Amino acid sequence: MTKLNKKIYMVAGYNTISMGTGRSEFHPKKPRPGLEHYVKESGQKTLEMIGGADNVDECVVGNFMAARFNKQAHIGGFFPMIDEKLQYKPAMRVEGACASGGLALVSAIKSIMAGTAEVVLTMGVEVQNTMKAIYGADVLAGAGWYGKRKDGHAFFFPGQFSDRAGSYYEKYGYDYAREGMGRWFRNAVENARLCPTAQEYENKVPDLDALYKKLKPNGAGFVDNLNVLDCSKVSDGASTIAVVSEEGLKRIGIPMEQAIEVVAFGHKVRNITEDPPDPTELTCIKATAKEALDSAGITINELGTVETHDCFSIAGVLGTEALGFAKPGEGPKFVAEGNTARDGMIPMNTTGGLIGWGHPTGGTGVHMAVTMWEQLTGNAGDAQIEIKDKKPYGLTINMGGDDVTVVAIVYKKG
Amino acid sequence: MDLNINNYTNYHTMTYEERLQNVTVLGAAGKMGSGILLLTAIEMADLMLKPENKGKTFVLNAMDLSNEGLAGLMQYLRSQVLKIAEKKSVTLRKMYHDRRDLIENSDIIEQYILDVLSIVRPTSRIEAAYESSLIFEAVSENKDLKVKIFKEIDDNNNHEPWFFTNTSSVPINILDREANLGGRVIGFHFYNPPAIQKLVELIWTDQTLPEAKEFAYEYAKNLRKVVVPSNDYAGFIGNGHFMRDALHAITEAEKLSSEMSMPEAIYTMNKVSQDFLVRPMGIFQLIDYVGIDVVRFIMGVMNPFLDDENLHSPLLDKLFDNGVKGGQNSDGSQKDGFLKYERGRPLAVINPETKEYIGFEALAHIDEKLGASPDPGIVWKKLVRIKNKEEVLQKFYGDMKAFDTLGARLAIEYGRRSNAIGKALVADNVAHKDEDVNTVLLTGFFHAYGPINNYFD
Repeated sequence: MTKLNKKIYMVAGYNTISMGTGRSEFHPKKPRPGLEHYVKESGQKTLEMIGGADNVDECVVGNFMAARFNKQAHIGGFFPMIDEKLQYKPAMRVEGACASGGLALVSAIKSIMAGTAEVVLTMGVEVQNTMKAIYGADVLAGAGWYGKRKDGHAFFFPGQFSDRAGSYYEKYGYDYAREGMGRWFRNAVENARLCPTAQEYENKVPDLDALYKKLKPNGAGFVDNLNVLDCSKVSDGASTIAVVSEEGLKRIGIPMEQAIEVVAFGHKVRNITEDPPDPTELTCIKATAKEALDSAGITINELGTVETHDCFSIAGVLGTEALGFAKPGEGPKFVAEGNTARDGMIPMNTTGGLIGWGHPTGGTGVHMAVTMWEQLTGNAGDAQIEIKDKKPYGLTINMGGDDVTVVAIVYKKG
Repeated sequence: MDLNINNYTNYHTMTYEERLQNVTVLGAAGKMGSGILLLTAIEMADLMLKPENKGKTFVLNAMDLSNEGLAGLMQYLRSQVLKIAEKKSVTLRKMYHDRRDLIENSDIIEQYILDVLSIVRPTSRIEAAYESSLIFEAVSENKDLKVKIFKEIDDNNNHEPWFFTNTSSVPINILDREANLGGRVIGFHFYNPPAIQKLVELIWTDQTLPEAKEFAYEYAKNLRKVVVPSNDYAGFIGNGHFMRDALHAITEAEKLSSEMSMPEAIYTMNKVSQDFLVRPMGIFQLIDYVGIDVVRFIMGVMNPFLDDENLHSPLLDKLFDNGVKGGQNSDGSQKDGFLKYERGRPLAVINPETKEYIGFEALAHIDEKLGASPDPGIVWKKLVRIKNKEEVLQKFYGDMKAFDTLGARLAIEYGRRSNAIGKALVADNVAHKDEDVNTVLLTGFFHAYGPINNYFD
């Protein structure tokens, strides 16, 4: 168990919009802003909030596959482009598929613990709308083991989670499971409608439940057990936040109540070459969340909000079981009853999560931290939920691949 | 040669796969031919990739006299097969399961394109067809030319080939008799563009081999086409309706020109047929889309076969003679005809006397003269999607009948004429039933409702 050796805070979070289908600015056939745009926008906004680049000691960026989506590696080299004062400062890119953003946060936390930095500019970015979905599926398949790509589905990751959903249907019932997954989808869109940067912000479908029920999973054109609404979309976007020590917080001159404290974190990987031990469980999420909560010395009953990795609705539902909010097989009921809705027992993904806000893969982990910072400091605008004194903690769960790399972080208001 | 009189019958009992092992498309670089080639290439490649067909050779000759056209054709094919492959990647991954070297979708898509294109042999020489057991013909709509080509191929081809003609107007029995094909010809009429349009009109004669008919149905089914059988009368169902419908509009415009200018009259009928009849485009825009030259030509092909009807328009002759032809440029953009176009949208109408175009903005007084629609919310784009179409249309045209405006009067007359044309096609035994006429107009012309209805009674 990793114990923090000093106080660590996050502050000055910023999300760009999540660009892709659903946003009115998005035209698949017209040129769009590239990687540089998102890196610059999110980096500059955070720098503005922390008193400029002079205050930064190190930079780290989480990115999954710019090497293929954008034919661009070496993303650390972009930091001095954001601000010339970052020239000749240390910067690097870290990668763990869709948990790359989470790994950037872990890397920043470790730098602070190691005492090599007091202020780390921490970013996550991905620009994926550079190719058609069928080729994007090839790129994203890199989050799985290449040895299994050949026998996987054309849409590899939807295929993986479709298999999980199929096993779950078999074990607990199709209609029962889909009711929970459908509610997960509705919550995601309803929350996204409250967040101007969300990909589904402008979603105006009057009856989301009816739409969900109408679109039956169909393996002839897509995967057997999921429809497109069960999946997060293809997104471009970046998020940035500053990870700082107490000393760093003083340096940037931001009051404590505008920061969130990192109480504990967990970070684990599961063997990528092996199938999940049980397709109806997210065992690595379970173990990593436990580590983080144990390290923080709290239980789930003290959590006021959770940002969980719902790349697919089934992952959202399984997440409620892995975190212990629902017993195995009871996740769909827990979600269908509204417990994860914004006014429920444990509000999850309050700005839409991956399905509603968007999923710029390598950026998602940092986006979760930014959302947590917004909620716990009262900066979430229309999406703001009430954080009660009895439940002051927040938890983020960022997953890479099929439950392979997981980063769990526990926060509370500074 | 492997052929002698004893295995004559073998050529009729070929399996579906065998029939498709050597095929020629004539006129392959044309608008229709390229689409037919694409669909056939895909169908043949999918057969070739079946495990049971491993090792068999499939050949598709893309024959066209234009070498330039053939070069463009290969570009077109590549881009289209790419799109098709991207769409059916889920199936392709299963088809190529045994190719362990093809791992990513992009690998599989590239291989599929290669496999499809490897079947296609572009050629400008007709001799290529001498080895084929199936010939698709999409050359220009000229009976004598078709007969000449069929004879030439049949005289030199030892495989008793079947001829699938894409003619939209020439009676099949005449091609059969004049080329001496003994029932080995069938009308397989795709709509334009073949890769997208769902409709195929199928025309056979008393002589047509039942096996050829059976094959045609199976082939159409595999291409996911809607088949409407038509009897063997010049123009069949599609052009049987369209040519007469067009002539009605021209005749009405000519009548109207006694009280307004000719451009105003053309504009009037175009607007009535689009807005008041709620069709996807006005009748003169449709004539331009098909081509004034093509419409005029098809009327010319059909006319000799009609006893008490003169399917001919001096106005079309005049425009044609003056070089106003409509149709599309090689990049697919619309050429000017009755109307002038910018990015595919009509914005001016011709004065046939001077060949000058008059902008629509100068014709606002005609809109006023036509009067309002009973319900401006009823537009084609919406109408095709609503569920209680019949109820809505009953009310729409019920209201329109009560209107005392020029637009309403012309529209009701137009609707009645279209109805009469449709009914005559059934009465004259061109179509087997009312429903077939309606299917052709709904599917092949994208009308929102069939011509045989009771809205205009």
